[in-house]
Amino acid sequence: MIRLFLILMGLLAVAGPTLAVEPNEVLKDPVLEKRARVISKHLRCLVCQNQSIDDSNAGLARDLRVLVRQRLTAGDSNRAVVEFVVARYGDFVLLRPPVKPTTYVLWFGPALILLLAGLGAGAFLRRRRTVVAEPLTDAEDKRLKSILGKGGD
Amino acid sequence: MAVSPGRRILFLLPVVLFLILATVIAFFMLSGRDPGLLPSTLINKPAPQFSLPAIAGWTKAPPGLTTKDLKGKVTVVNFFASWCVPCRAEHPQITALSSDKDIRVFGINYKDKSGAATAWLQRYGNPYARIGADLNGRVAIDYGVYGMPETFILDRNGRIRFKHVGPILPQHLREIILPVIRELKK
Repeated sequence: MIRLFLILMGLLAVAGPTLAVEPNEVLKDPVLEKRARVISKHLRCLVCQNQSIDDSNAGLARDLRVLVRQRLTAGDSNRAVVEFVVARYGDFVLLRPPVKPTTYVLWFGPALILLLAGLGAGAFLRRRRTVVAEPLTDAEDKRLKSILGKGGD
Repeated sequence: MAVSPGRRILFLLPVVLFLILATVIAFFMLSGRDPGLLPSTLINKPAPQFSLPAIAGWTKAPPGLTTKDLKGKVTVVNFFASWCVPCRAEHPQITALSSDKDIRVFGINYKDKSGAATAWLQRYGNPYARIGADLNGRVAIDYGVYGMPETFILDRNGRIRFKHVGPILPQHLREIILPVIRELKK
């Protein structure tokens, strides 16, 4: 049992992540291929939606990977390739949403909430630290002394 | 320690903010909109250029489809495939649309073997006046298609005015597709 477990763990350790990119898709030029991989990692597979086209085995993901490579081979810049795909599928195809007025809440909302929460917590803590004990009134002082006096007997 | 009324409102602030946030989220969740559906980037844009051949090896195949064919009348362009099960589900609705003489219903056959497409159309009937065979799926990519079936509705000038993702079920036809077509026919 333990041996089986060890064997399985050993296999897990040597197993790398499987690649969706098929050998016949890979470009001969290693520089272009590297750019294609970088672009593909940031493009959403629209069939599976939470994978990039670089990770997905879906037919459309494969077609888009091939398309990205065709555009690069034709001399497009990385930006031009991404714009080509966005023109067809919209911003949703980008796994990293662009910063523009409609996404300001998404990008800056969390920082704003953190800032407000920090200010609130700061104000609360400062107020708590400056609380000073009010001195006892004469009547309270007398009563305290009498209690202590009784306890001392 | 006595709390002034102003302070007490301050304590309620997080609750108020939470309620506002919860309302906004509930609004989006209950609106019935599927967040997985993509809005088309092509709405109100001219149809992307293409020229597709007819289905090969079928003597009675309807003619192929090019961008030129899209002008003149309100047009429905339906991406379909013989291997696509939802396409079978919407086939009666597509057929119903094709009986309207004021519009045209064209098909784009997506990544299909010509024999399979022919058999499918012979078995269930061909509702399309023209069918372009998109063998490698490149035209579908230009149209932002990401699943089968998808349907575009174009106005007389060949401009894309509406896109439906997934099968057109009878209630979609009644409540969405026909009203859009009626509006474009005016």
